[in-house]
Order: sequence, then C-alpha cells, then structure tokens
Amino acid sequence: MHSANNHITAGKQTGDIKFMPQTFQKSSNSTLIEIENLHAGYNGEAVLQDINFTIQEGDFIGLIGPNGGGKTTLLKIILGLLTPKKGRISVMGKLPQDGRQHIGYVPQFADFDSDFPISVRDVVRMGRLSGKRLFKRLNTEDDAIVEERLDWVDMRDHMDRSLKELSGGQRQRVYIARALATDPKILMLDEPTNSVDYESRTKIYDLLHTINEQGITILMVSHDLNVISSYVKTIGCLNRQMHYHSEKEITAEMFNAAYDCPVELIAHGLPHRVLAEHKEAR
Amino acid sequence: MVELLSYGFMRNALMAGVLVSLACGIIGTLVVLKRMVFISGGVAHTAYGGVGMAFYFGVNPVLGAVVFSLLASFLMGYVQRQTRQRQDTLIGVMWAIGMAIGIIFADLTPGYKADLMSYLFGSILAVTNADLWLMLVIDLLVIGLVIAFYKELQASAFDETFSRVRNLPVDFLYLVLITMIGLVVVMMMRVVGLIMIIALLTVPAAIGSLFLKDMKHIMGLSTVLSLVFTSGGLLISYFFNLTSGATIILFAGGAYLAALVLHRFCRRCPNA
Repeated sequence: MHSANNHITAGKQTGDIKFMPQTFQKSSNSTLIEIENLHAGYNGEAVLQDINFTIQEGDFIGLIGPNGGGKTTLLKIILGLLTPKKGRISVMGKLPQDGRQHIGYVPQFADFDSDFPISVRDVVRMGRLSGKRLFKRLNTEDDAIVEERLDWVDMRDHMDRSLKELSGGQRQRVYIARALATDPKILMLDEPTNSVDYESRTKIYDLLHTINEQGITILMVSHDLNVISSYVKTIGCLNRQMHYHSEKEITAEMFNAAYDCPVELIAHGLPHRVLAEHKEAR
Repeated sequence: MVELLSYGFMRNALMAGVLVSLACGIIGTLVVLKRMVFISGGVAHTAYGGVGMAFYFGVNPVLGAVVFSLLASFLMGYVQRQTRQRQDTLIGVMWAIGMAIGIIFADLTPGYKADLMSYLFGSILAVTNADLWLMLVIDLLVIGLVIAFYKELQASAFDETFSRVRNLPVDFLYLVLITMIGLVVVMMMRVVGLIMIIALLTVPAAIGSLFLKDMKHIMGLSTVLSLVFTSGGLLISYFFNLTSGATIILFAGGAYLAALVLHRFCRRCPNA
C-alpha cells in the first residue's frame, strides 16, 4: 500500500539532518518519466520546443536555465497541469494525470498565501489527501506518517505552530515534508531555495541529498547553480530546448546554448571548470 | 427587554440572526481566505436583477433572487477560473448589469414598490416563517457540505496546485463553494440587504483571521461574531429607531476597526 520506508520507524540522527531509514528500491535503473518531441506554449508563443528527456530512477537532476526558458512550464506539463501542443509524455508509464500521484511536488515559494491560517501539521496532512480518499477521514496511520515526515525534515517540534510563524527555510522544509507524505517515487521542486537564507539553503540541499540516497528520484529547478552542482547527479539546461546528457557536468556548449550570459561553473563540490566569458548576446 | 421577545417579528428576527450567522461565519471564512470577496459582492448585487424580475412577473422575489444569484455565481466563477485577464472588470460589469435589470423591471412593474427597497437594505423584522425554513435548509446544506469536504476545501484554499496534483476535485469544490456563496447571499438578503451583504460576510472572518490560526476556529469565531453583530445591531436599531441592516453593518464595521487597533497593539497575537 505505502512504499517500503513506512515500515521502518527508527532513524539515526546526524547533525541537523535526521537520516531516513534505508529503502529497498534503491537505484534500480528504470525510467520514471519519458518525454518525446514535446512542444508547448501559451497563446501561440512557443515556450518549449522539441523536448526529449527521460528521468531514470534514482537520479537527482538539477534543472537550470534563464527566466522564461520554460522550466516551470515543463514542470506543469509533467504534473498534468498543462497540456502540451505536440509530443508524448508519460509519468510512471501513464498519462501525467494518472501518474502524478507518484510525484511529491514542492511548488515555488511565491505561490503561497503567506497569511493563510494553517498549522504545520495540517499542511503536511495535505500530503495524505487524494482523489481516491474523499469522504474518508485521515487515520492514525496517516498521523504517524505525518509526524515521521516532519521528523525527517527536522520540523517535528514545530508541528503545532502556525505556518506563518516560521522562517522561510523552515516553511520550505515543511513543504518538503508534505511532498514526502505522499510517499512519492519522484520529488519535484521548483526553486526550493528562493527567499531562503544561506544557512537554511545548505540544510535543504543536505536534506535533499539524504532523500535521494534513500532512493527517491529528484527533479529540482534552481537558479543556485554553484550550490546545486555539488549536490545533483545530472544537470539539464533548459532554454526552450533541453540540453541534457545524463551527466553531472555542464558542457560549455550546453551552457552556451542555454544561457546568454557568462556564468561561473563549479561542478561536484570542487572548482571544476570556469567557462571562458563569452560575449553578451545582443 | 424581555417583552421584545413577545413580539413574533422580534423572535423571527433573532432566529434569522442565528440561522444566517451559521452559514455566514462558515462561508465568510472561506470567502476571505480564498480571496473571493469581490466575487461575492458581485453575486449579491446581481441577485437584485432576480428580485426585480420576480416582482414584474409576480412570483416570489426570493425565488428570483435564488435563480439570479446562482446564475451570477456560476458565471462569475467561470470568468474567474477561465479568463486570464480583466476578471475584475467582467465581474464589475455583471454586478452593475444585474442591479440595472432589477431597477428597470421595478420601473416596469405597476403599483406599490416600497417592498423592493427591503431587499436592498434588508428588513430583518419582516422575516417570515417561510424565510426561516429556507434559511434552515440552506444552513443544513452548507454545514453538511463543509463537514463532508472540510479537508479538501482547506487544502484547495491553501494550495490549489498541490491539491490538483493530488487529484482532489478542485474544480468541483470550487463549484460547490460558489453555489454555497449564491445561496448564502439569498439568505443574508433579508437580514442586511443585498448592498451590505459583503460586509457581514467578510468582517467576522476578517476579525477571526486576525487572532486565530486555524480555519475551523475562525469559522467558529466568525459565527459567534456575526450573531453578536446581527442581534446587537438589531437591538440598537430597535431602541434608536434606525434601519436594522445598516445598524448591523456599522456595528460590525466598528468592531472590525477596534479589532485592527487591538491587533496592532497585541504582542502575543499570532499574526502580529
């Protein structure tokens, strides 16, 4: 019924991040999301052109690209919130509307009404709701899962506080807990470290790293290029077209294709390569 | 004071206050949290078109108001969901057209029309037993639906995108909510009048959300507050011989200002 990690209760604590129990589905290599020749846009304006992209189980993908490059549009298509104009997409081998129940989604920070009166616990309980469970009350098992997920992100002590009393970083961890409460195969985050201070940022990335090690595939949109390259396994650049090679390095040509401005690149924790500055386009 | 209750119209008025407060507190909270205040005002004013038409055709104005208010709810709800831009313009235009239809049909109706004013400004003292039954039915419907869908309504009010990804019936819930708004508007019409509904619908919830941090609790406090406003306003209007609807609204408005000031100086309040 639920994924294997529910059956194990104890987790050891290391520093700030509590480590989750090991799961059984670690890094088998199956395809979770498959996108072929996909085109999308609004009002006749093309936003995505001929996207070909697969997400393998166990991956941790950092998706970068300029504003307006289509990152959020791509996430919306994967989540079945937007219909592509052309092309094929499958999520867990199904249509996005059917497959999205396996995606734990962490929306952009700006999408929330920061004044909404809701407790941390109730936010995470949202992750236990689903279209199949209308008219059914959440049970003690759900409550246990909610508490456990909050424990994973180190927010259990704040369970009964109001969301609006929390800092940006704490809130973001609550949203991650909510996404984890859905027992996802894939965690999808849209700029999770926007409006979060530096320290919380590191904490969130460490957390995501741990989540990924437990076998949950991650697709993360981020602007935080310097930081993500030391956490992610592969990087995709999206600027209307996708540049993705299932590698953890960004090649100069990927970068040139995706960006119009010079950016300093550091890959995998080490100052790996700094691209030569290229002319500003136009 | 006690002899007031010996008047049948006073008993009915107070009873109407109780029944309206239940639905008003619950739906008002959702309206405020989902930021649907403007659309609710639009629905309320458009309902006057139905009242005017009902007068002209000689049917029960409440029936006309129900039809128009539900139509306006669906139309405005559709505009708000589907149109990417100028939603406020479209809703504002419908709002005025609804009122204009009501006024024109009132013009066309021969004879005595003072009664039409009571739908605009309220006439809680003229509430009939039939009105009370209608209010009770709407209350039961509202309470039943909100209990059945509470967690889903809360989720989609807080984060519609996430709710959609969880395959919650977000559009259906929106339809349910907008229908409930249409019905609540009709029941409030008798108490404060179509013009002032928007204030009684939103002020209690606005005060509640200043001091409380859970939607359920805000619903509860809003219900109590709107009961205080309707019955308090009713008594004040009785003793000073004022229009009851307007007195209720001024009482509520004064309380809101006081709450804002109190909140400003309250350090322990959750949202301060």
